[in-house]
Amino acid sequence: MEKENKPQDIPVVKTKNFIAPENEKRTVTAPDGSLIEVDPINDYFCQERPEEYKVKSGAVEKFLNWARAESLWVLGFGTGCGSIEIPPLVTPRFDMYRYGVQMRPTPRQSNVFIISGYLSVKTLKRAIRSYEQMPSPKYVIGLGSCTINGGMYWDSYNTINRLDHYLPVDVYIAGCMPRPEALLAGFAKLKELIKAGKAEKANEYIRNLDWYKANQKKIIKDWNMPDYNW
Amino acid sequence: MQQIIQDIESRFTITDKETRRNDLCFLTVDKLQAISLVTYLRDYQGYASLTLLTAVDWIEEGNFQLTYLLNNPSTRTEIGVRTMIDRENATMESTHHLWENIQTYQRELKEMFGIDFPGSPRIDEDFILEGWDNIPPYRRDFDTKKYSEETYFPRPGRETNDPSTYMKSKLYPND
Repeated sequence: MEKENKPQDIPVVKTKNFIAPENEKRTVTAPDGSLIEVDPINDYFCQERPEEYKVKSGAVEKFLNWARAESLWVLGFGTGCGSIEIPPLVTPRFDMYRYGVQMRPTPRQSNVFIISGYLSVKTLKRAIRSYEQMPSPKYVIGLGSCTINGGMYWDSYNTINRLDHYLPVDVYIAGCMPRPEALLAGFAKLKELIKAGKAEKANEYIRNLDWYKANQKKIIKDWNMPDYNW
Repeated sequence: MQQIIQDIESRFTITDKETRRNDLCFLTVDKLQAISLVTYLRDYQGYASLTLLTAVDWIEEGNFQLTYLLNNPSTRTEIGVRTMIDRENATMESTHHLWENIQTYQRELKEMFGIDFPGSPRIDEDFILEGWDNIPPYRRDFDTKKYSEETYFPRPGRETNDPSTYMKSKLYPND
């Protein structure tokens, strides 16, 4: 993984203040006939900024990290061609369950997000929403060269080049496409990092939230959701 | 197939005819006759199934070329109807009354080439590119590499080699 300085002086890009139709203020009729005003952006979403996770004292944190590392629940969200490399992991040949890794159907139940290949801008928007809905502690695995430098889609008008400008990536798995064995090696590496207490990219995301949000809003031009999707 | 083409030639002004195979032929007509030709093929000659509608950007000639590829399931033959439309203010009559699935192709062409099909359902909604504010990306004057470099933070250090010169220098270093 490459270490670099994140510039903090990117101006916040102003986007059109556009709200999705389902999030607009409206009046609904309750079953008893009374009218209720609904403002989904304020009623259904939390507008507060997320807080950093505070590390507990030595032995406790070590135990927690061990427990986290041995139970990785993966969000079943496949983007791009890498999503075809994940299903074999559930088969007896590769069997990721023996490593404590399993697939979950919803972001609310998972803590590992595999970005499996190229991300178009449209998918990136959904990926950000899913990532922010995941409970802490959470980790991101970038699968394939598309997430590293754009891969073969490096000059495309609609796919991002570097995932780490939009989401915090803990582990990259290089290749086009990596085999399921490489994914298992990636999980092993992620476990190692978690146990050593080094998989703290989710905290970095919160610390540099403005920088990430400016990058995201630069390309997602119809930003019609809350700044942070709880 | 030849009989059908002769029949079409007696009814429409075919400006160009290209027979690729025994079962595939492309006919070029002008914009005004295109809709009546595809309607004729659909209703009288059995070319009832729309395979695809696609466009080519002939930027040097200032034209878009539209191709309606029609399939006859009983004779297993295909006829492509080509027509040239002007690149400036590109519009074409919508044919969603003939095939419902052509709406999707028309939405795609509106977004990717900027070809308008007035009256086609949901034609103004975003299809794939949400909130796109540049010129349509499949037009050939859109520089996708430049756009990507300006927008998507390219990672430095990418090297590109021209395959032929690179392999030549690898395989025959003395030449």
